[in-house]
Amino acid sequence: MTAKLTNAQIAWRAAQDLPDGYVNLGIGFPEMIAKFKPEGRDVIYHTENGVLDFGESPPAGEEDWDLINAGKKAITLNPGAAFFHHADSFAMVRGGHLDVAVLGAYEVAENGDLANWSTGPGSVPAVGGAMDLVHGAKQIWVVTDHVTKKGEPKLLKECRLPLTGVGCVTTVYTSLAVIDIVDKRFVLREKLPSISLDELQAVTGADLVANKVGDLIVPEL
Amino acid sequence: MDKVCPTIEEAIADIEDGMAVMIGGFGGSGAPIELIHALVDRYKKTGSPGSLTVINNNAGNGKIGIAAMIDAGMVAKMVCSFPRSSDPRAFTDRYLAGKIGLELVPQGTLAERIRAGGAGIPAFYTPSTYGTQLSEGKPIAEFDGRHYVQERWLKADVALIKAELADRRGNLTYRKAARNFSPLMATAAKVTIVQARKVVEPGGIEPEHVITPGIFVNRIVEVADAKQEEALLREGADT
Repeated sequence: MTAKLTNAQIAWRAAQDLPDGYVNLGIGFPEMIAKFKPEGRDVIYHTENGVLDFGESPPAGEEDWDLINAGKKAITLNPGAAFFHHADSFAMVRGGHLDVAVLGAYEVAENGDLANWSTGPGSVPAVGGAMDLVHGAKQIWVVTDHVTKKGEPKLLKECRLPLTGVGCVTTVYTSLAVIDIVDKRFVLREKLPSISLDELQAVTGADLVANKVGDLIVPEL
Repeated sequence: MDKVCPTIEEAIADIEDGMAVMIGGFGGSGAPIELIHALVDRYKKTGSPGSLTVINNNAGNGKIGIAAMIDAGMVAKMVCSFPRSSDPRAFTDRYLAGKIGLELVPQGTLAERIRAGGAGIPAFYTPSTYGTQLSEGKPIAEFDGRHYVQERWLKADVALIKAELADRRGNLTYRKAARNFSPLMATAAKVTIVQARKVVEPGGIEPEHVITPGIFVNRIVEVADAKQEEALLREGADT
């Protein structure tokens, strides 16, 4: 395997596609996308615990721990921010009012099934807002390494791990490619120029539809 | 209709063994630390109230708040969406040892179940969990070509809530994102007990600023210098 994108580069690539609108970034890796939002893009961020239009973390020492995001990180407010209770927050989610929600993944299937909450028995299960977020936002994006730490495909014909949602993912931004899910198929939109289609297919667990494939080009970050 | 209680001990005195207790807050934001610790202190002195079911988004962090309740051994079961935190040992150790129960509920479903409980709606349908392990055994129905899972209301014997301002009649405001589950929980418990930073006379809160109307509140205690759970954790608090 040749070069692959870092998490920051995957986040940068996803950020380029942010629409003007309302976006929820999942805790952890997806949160990084906010750093790379293109200039002039009018994005308002939603967080499950009841804030719309929050900004960056405050400087160390200036945190107000009553003002946090779903990842329990301290945040700041932009002019025009709003607070609301949890039922209103998830009305925004389930009611279809968000334009994009971005999540991490253990596995994504070609029909859009997502597994990202449980690695199976033996651990403490935790789901948070993921099972709600995957039903409601107009687009569900996943950011992930293309393969597991052991080098096995994370993009599969069928998920093996417990599902978060059925047929919900619309686009996957990986360390090697950008893949849209269209009619229950992985449609390759972009791939790293340094990797061949055959090489990419070899680390992908379901067929890639590759009709019109662009180069995945990101800056050094 | 003066709902102000002179002491925190008096406010929580009739919470009994086996009750279901909703506790406001999301992580440390909105956690009613003084109410929780009054309950822990009572349990340590008298052995009651034990065998509680605690409903909160999380399952405690470090050794204070809900984690202190779990550590004290007074919690039989957690109902929550995310029993993880920067230091989840109080819950995790007991859970893996089979000493505490867990009902895992997606966060939006948890909020809506509490809202339904407070609003007199016994069940509702949501798309969340359809096709997953968490919908097993629940009725499924199709509406406009999409599948939905039936969820039931969630009610409690007691809700413990942290507010910013309270007037003597129980109207409440909240501070920043500390609002989260609290306005819902206040509606869904038989007895809602509030710790407020400041208690004001009726009229001291603009009617347009009231978030929780007083009809949902039973008891109020003023805790002027309330602790913030996350701030305590970062100071290294262990009691």
